[in-house]
Amino acid sequence: MLQQAAMAESKAKTEMVTGADLLLEALEKEKVEVIFGYPGGAVLPIYDKLYDSKILHVLPRHEQGGIHAAEGYARISGKPGVVIATSGPGATNIVTGLTDAMMDSLPLVVFTGQVPTNVIGSDAFQEADVLGITTPITKYNYQVRRIEDIPRIVKEAFFIATSGRPGPVLIDIPKDIAATVSKPPEEQEIKLPGYQPTVQPNYLQIRKLSEAVSRAKKPVILAGAGVLLGQASSELKEYAEQQQLPVIHTLLGLGGFPADHQLFVGMAGMHGCYASNMGLSECDLLINIGARFDDRLTGNLQFFAPHATVAHIDIDPAEIGKNVPTAIPVVADAKEALKELIKQNGKPPAHSEWLEQIHKWQEEYPYHYGESDTLKPQKVLEMLYEKTAGDAIVVTDVGQHQMWAAQYYQFKKANRWVTSGGLGTMGFGLPASIGAQLADPERCVIAVLGDGGFQMSTQELTVIKELNLPIKIAIFNNLSLGMVRQWQEIFYDKRYSHSKIPIQPSFVKLAEAYGIKGYEINTAEEAEVLFEEVLNSREPVLLDIRIDPDENVYPMIAPGKGLHEMVGVKP
Amino acid sequence: MKKIISMTVLNRPGVLNRITNLFSKRNYNIESISVGLTEQEGVSRITCVIHVESDREAEQITKQLNKQIDILKVTDISDQAIVARELALIKVLTTPQTRNELYALIEPFRAAVIDISKDSLVIQITGESDKIEAFIELIKPYGIKELARTGTTAFPRGTQKPVNPQKTYSIV
Ligand SMILES: Cc1ncc(C[n+]2csc(CCOP(=O)(O)OP(=O)(O)O)c2C)c(N)n1
Ligand SMILES: [Mg+2]
Repeated sequence: MLQQAAMAESKAKTEMVTGADLLLEALEKEKVEVIFGYPGGAVLPIYDKLYDSKILHVLPRHEQGGIHAAEGYARISGKPGVVIATSGPGATNIVTGLTDAMMDSLPLVVFTGQVPTNVIGSDAFQEADVLGITTPITKYNYQVRRIEDIPRIVKEAFFIATSGRPGPVLIDIPKDIAATVSKPPEEQEIKLPGYQPTVQPNYLQIRKLSEAVSRAKKPVILAGAGVLLGQASSELKEYAEQQQLPVIHTLLGLGGFPADHQLFVGMAGMHGCYASNMGLSECDLLINIGARFDDRLTGNLQFFAPHATVAHIDIDPAEIGKNVPTAIPVVADAKEALKELIKQNGKPPAHSEWLEQIHKWQEEYPYHYGESDTLKPQKVLEMLYEKTAGDAIVVTDVGQHQMWAAQYYQFKKANRWVTSGGLGTMGFGLPASIGAQLADPERCVIAVLGDGGFQMSTQELTVIKELNLPIKIAIFNNLSLGMVRQWQEIFYDKRYSHSKIPIQPSFVKLAEAYGIKGYEINTAEEAEVLFEEVLNSREPVLLDIRIDPDENVYPMIAPGKGLHEMVGVKP
Repeated sequence: MKKIISMTVLNRPGVLNRITNLFSKRNYNIESISVGLTEQEGVSRITCVIHVESDREAEQITKQLNKQIDILKVTDISDQAIVARELALIKVLTTPQTRNELYALIEPFRAAVIDISKDSLVIQITGESDKIEAFIELIKPYGIKELARTGTTAFPRGTQKPVNPQKTYSIV
């Protein structure tokens, strides 16, 4: 008898679980492959469990690097990026990444530690009001109040992050909840009565759009990141070909439609190409698929697509009509809407003159740059494109180099492009390239960075070395915060206030200090030789590419101007 | 123009914060907000009175609110037949001479005196905001010491007059 009771007791004991156990179990259920996390007091109970976990844990050297890496991973893999940060400073260090992911609709599930429940609100050591801070920059956030809710909350978080318009979801876990021992809780169902994203398009709207296409004389498609997030690029191609519709991309949409296709027009917006911006200005039917009419894309709204009937396909109804009045709203997943449009098989528009016009614009006003003794960044990007057959993953930071990469690397496939669009976050590129390489380990990943932005995340070189990720770090070194310098040149009378940064560490020696090979490149010939040598190597390389420091990004639309008012269109 | 937005929300922690946050983030102009429980357990009703420039702005607000995961339903009820009420408490200065005058004003507004002291009265008034504003204007000359208003709470009437055509929003 006694023995039996003891056995029963020990059995019950082995079945007891902690909040951290439940958390890891829930992550395994979601098939999480990698966690970008940084430990600290409030997450120690979780880290103790991670010690035995099979999930790969990547330790960035700054939490901001961790969350940007998770964004890069999410962008390329299509799966949610998972992040862990400790309470207080750990949590506040991920604020920029959350905002960035919110703006660019990237699915993240982020866990933050919190001080124990009984001291919340007492300004305890490393306490921060993480729910308060992150409410406006997350799709949703939770604080776990009862251990038994953990499995349901994690399940809901993954569902919310990845469905509808994707975005970051944060779960704040007080330390005591992670450490509490309890009987395994009963399974709880997802409870989200207020959340039902519309996926299937309204049939009448689809028909209306299809008819508008048949009638149009000057139709264009504007394809945004929604095409990539909705994995709809093959449907986009099929539909564009069926109706012979020219396709213009937003910055974030690049790769959604093959750049070498005869219906591809180019990128539109502040630094977009002439044909795209004129296409938007002159079209009579504008079919926006998964773009949000950002101001960097539209220019002054007063002059935006003045002759167009606007149709807008978006999974987020609040984006439709937000910036541009919309005649044909279609709330739906891009893939589902395109499938329905293809099924309509409407009469293609009679618009051969329009297509000719667009081709003429493309031929007459391509991107251009001058030749000189100094190395031109555009030339470097053309070379990178050719050497990688346009099939590398290009991850950028923010600034001039980002725009040149968007202009000169011709993306032929989806999921080859990672950039911080909505927030424009310097320091994003290097860590994001880590996530991108982990998501697609075999592919050549090129981190196209500025000398400024690289220095905002330099510490992540350690992670690249540690995991031996064969990332090609290409620093476009113009000894300046180039984009700021360009604006000061054009709009502030060449008063270069704090935008020149000639004093720099030797990036080559810095790379070596991290155990990474580094090379300086000064000429196109050097680039030619080195690219040939390093682009296919299976180890990380840092290239300090000394580009013309006076080069500007053109064409350009000044703030407040319309898309038709581009400058720098002709050499 | 003024709009009345009525919504039902899940009674979860931080839900009010989410809504006020959204209003400030999107730079919406909010006049009043009232919150209270409903007949359904775990569900609250929030009524907001907002100022907008255009119907498009009102539609955008409704959509942004709808996106909130804790919000179950959002309706712009400005153009429906509704019952809308607000309550105000007004402490007004009195002298023996003005007291009777005040009572004469209170009567037609069906307001009530709920506290009296040597030199002041507390008046409670309920009704639509316009009525309350008119009453406050009337009382002002006597000297208002303190004023507290609840903000409007409202919902649609049981029967809607067909004469009042429903506004057509884009079907999203
Ligand atoms: C965190 C952050 N701070 C400031 C800026 C403003 N900003 C945009 S581009 C830029 C210059 C970037 O310089 P660099 O990284 O060298 O790139 P370049 O423009 O020279 O190619 C700056 C300061 C920003 N986008 N992000
Ligand atoms: Mg620079």
